[in-house]
Amino acid sequence: MASPRTSFWDAIVVGGGHNGLVCAAYLAKSGRKVLVLERRHVLGGAAVSEEIFPGFTYSVCSYVVSLLRPWIIRELELARFGLELIPLEASFLPLPDGRSLLRGSDAAQTLEEVSRFSRRDAETMPEFARAMSKIGQFVKPIIDSPAPDPASLAPRELLALLRLGRHFADASPDEMELRLKLLSMSAVDFLDEWFESDVLKGPMSVSGIIGTFLGVRSPGTAYVLLHHYMGEIDGAFRSWGFSKGGTGGVSRAIANAAQHHGAEMRTEAPVERILVADGRAAGVVLASGEEIRARAVVSGCDPRRTFLSFVGAEHLPDDFVADIRRYRYRGSSGKVNLALDRLPEFACRPGEGPHLRGDIAIAPGVDYLERAYDDAKYGTFSRRPYINVVIPSTVDPSVAPPGKHVMSCFVQYAPYEIAEGPERWPEKREAFGDAVVDTLAEYVPNLRESILHRQVLSPWDLEQEFGLAEGNIFHGELTLDQLSFLRPAAGFARYRTPLERLWLAGSGAHPGGGIMGAPGALCAKAMLQARAV
Amino acid sequence: MPRPTPFHPRTSALCTSLFYKEWAGCYAVRRYDVYVDREYYALRHQATLMDATPLYKYEVRGKDACELVTRVTVRGFEGHKVGRVSYVCWCDEHGKVLDDGTVTKLALDHFRVTSAEPALAWLERHARGLDVKITDASRSLAALALQGPRSRDVLRGLIGSSIDGLRFFRAMPVRFPGPPAFDGWITRTGYTGDLGYELWCANEHALHLWDAVMECGKPFGLLPMGLDALDVSRVEAGFVLGAVDYTSARIAFIEKQKSTPFELGFDWMVEIDRADFVGREALRAEKERGPARRLVGLEIDWDEFEAIYAAFGLIPHLATETSREPVPVYDGGRQVGYATSRTFSPTLKKYLALATVAAEYAKPQSELRIEVTCEYERRTATARVTPTPFLELERKKS
Repeated sequence: MASPRTSFWDAIVVGGGHNGLVCAAYLAKSGRKVLVLERRHVLGGAAVSEEIFPGFTYSVCSYVVSLLRPWIIRELELARFGLELIPLEASFLPLPDGRSLLRGSDAAQTLEEVSRFSRRDAETMPEFARAMSKIGQFVKPIIDSPAPDPASLAPRELLALLRLGRHFADASPDEMELRLKLLSMSAVDFLDEWFESDVLKGPMSVSGIIGTFLGVRSPGTAYVLLHHYMGEIDGAFRSWGFSKGGTGGVSRAIANAAQHHGAEMRTEAPVERILVADGRAAGVVLASGEEIRARAVVSGCDPRRTFLSFVGAEHLPDDFVADIRRYRYRGSSGKVNLALDRLPEFACRPGEGPHLRGDIAIAPGVDYLERAYDDAKYGTFSRRPYINVVIPSTVDPSVAPPGKHVMSCFVQYAPYEIAEGPERWPEKREAFGDAVVDTLAEYVPNLRESILHRQVLSPWDLEQEFGLAEGNIFHGELTLDQLSFLRPAAGFARYRTPLERLWLAGSGAHPGGGIMGAPGALCAKAMLQARAV
Repeated sequence: MPRPTPFHPRTSALCTSLFYKEWAGCYAVRRYDVYVDREYYALRHQATLMDATPLYKYEVRGKDACELVTRVTVRGFEGHKVGRVSYVCWCDEHGKVLDDGTVTKLALDHFRVTSAEPALAWLERHARGLDVKITDASRSLAALALQGPRSRDVLRGLIGSSIDGLRFFRAMPVRFPGPPAFDGWITRTGYTGDLGYELWCANEHALHLWDAVMECGKPFGLLPMGLDALDVSRVEAGFVLGAVDYTSARIAFIEKQKSTPFELGFDWMVEIDRADFVGREALRAEKERGPARRLVGLEIDWDEFEAIYAAFGLIPHLATETSREPVPVYDGGRQVGYATSRTFSPTLKKYLALATVAAEYAKPQSELRIEVTCEYERRTATARVTPTPFLELERKKS
């Protein structure tokens, strides 16, 4: 039964996450009639702000804006539609022995801080940052354009490959060595070549494992380190930041832009399946039974849900289905959100300060992180996990009542596959939350009595509530074999799928996860270029 | 040597960067912390407090006070209600801008004029034969700019809900709580394009005022702010700055350096058809003729800008501050103007400039080229004429 206003759509976007919304905004801006269908009551997917506890707005899942592409902000005029970003000021590492390390925007102070652990490391830091920025420059065109197609002989493809090749060839032998090491080594091995202090290597190596089921000593994790330095590539843009009103603010601004251009949004409209007619995607069927047809269907959901649940293996080539089944998720993280009646007081650095206005890492050394991984390998959450804490209310008072605060804790490892089976997570959830609070309380003695409310999300919850397969925050692990022209499957990294008129715009497409917006924007551009809508 | 303002004991204790400049003969903080971004973001998301005392301030009192300010500025104040604040400029007899500032009608016979340059001699010159008394309050009246989305919340804590009734560009007398309580004024004005207020009181109460506002600001993340963050926000708001974006006719050495209000985009404030005022006939002629050049907003094409840097293997890093180094603006190879203030807007993620260009290029969306120097080499990038304010915030007037 089609309602009158849905009689004709150029495109239906399944899933109102930030990438789906970006895609919808671009299509609508080009004059296409677009409908976004979101299963939940609120848009944003994992980039969502919700007032779970009265007066306190949690960035429920993703908590910092990483690498939101500046060209998307400009092209969609997101500032005009309400986007406001506040950069993270510093990275803070409290230590259980009462020492601590603050790496911040004040270069001279950072040098002093690192010097207390290693004078040599302090002096090496700027050189390391420069080397990483140079590699970032090489990576930037890769994340800002569709993945190369190495199998194609089309002149445009060859030119694109040539350009990439020239980037490689132009590199000095030193840079080449660095790139190859970055692609193959573990985060810790790579950092060992630069630094001596465990206190520095702990919090630095950890960016290599975010969203993967790997340890800081697992080969291949060095590459993901780069992500942390990618903020540099955007120069003046300083990409790592808080969004005003929580990460849902990003989604709201994008949705506002899309609606301004005529896109329509429906929440609480869960899609049951994608309609296939004559071997092509023809629309969707909602859980309510409502059928909506369109010239093209875009999925902002992860590849497993998109292809195996919405489409069905029977409509897809066997080898593609095999690839999608092999595509790894292995969610390894959870989230704990706290409402606090006061600012947390770190034993090692009492009082207010820049250390509370950036990200705070519970990562006191490489062995600590490796032990946290050990727990996960054997099917349990880490007793003493890596925690990435932010307190956005310190720079954005709109998310908490005056004088009160919200604390967001990203926690790794919390494996989706616990020994008892993922469906047993609800029984473990609060114990997991306790482990997180217990760990934090070792650094913030007054934490427990200041907690007004606690929200705990296991990877199972992330899957059930937000539709993230196996709770993977990036729609699939960000490992080299699942990036670029291999994401999500060889031959289908260009947002096109084996099912004609079905497109993939989520983080499971190139260039991957994070509140980047690139998959959604590049998908829309590919669709428009192909005159698919 | 610059002199301290009455807030100096507080501001100097907080200014850990020791980064000052001279403003109208006073010490003025450029940034409290080496990390200036924090002040900018506090302004746009929380609230900030800035010492605005160095502004020149004049009290014009007497039966003919209204006549004087009406005679010397380009606007008339007869019909204005008490409590209204007006942004104005004033010109010499040739219609060339001397300065811009505010005129507040505090009572039928009491006006307060603020200006960037000293104006006492000029006001007195035009007061001959009028029943007015002009007092230079520049060194006796302290001023604080409380700006940002939470500024109203801060003031509610200070003086209660009476602040809610204060509309955009209005003034109200206030009894600030003590002990001891003291009198002053609050105006809903500012130079940031954000929701904001300016607080005025006699010097001797300045520290009380500072302490009380800072205390009320704690739950709202109130931060002290210096001039660097202000300079970024005022470009986003499209506000011109005397001595940067234009030269006062008072000190211009040659005619070319002088500007008319129409050239500066002050058309809206010039009320030609009313009682005579200084420069009226020249302005009437200029209005009919149309200005030869115009101050406009420019948006620099970021992709081109980035490409200039990329050609050298560099990434453009722009600090959160406004460059006041003028650069030429071209149409093809011909220079048609100059940009006087350039800033990267952290909110809009755009590289912006205020520029003066020949009138025929002032139409929105006109494509010009702006000089960009990279690695000591000169290049140009596309710059599009863009209406100002670049950043329009609803809360400014709400």
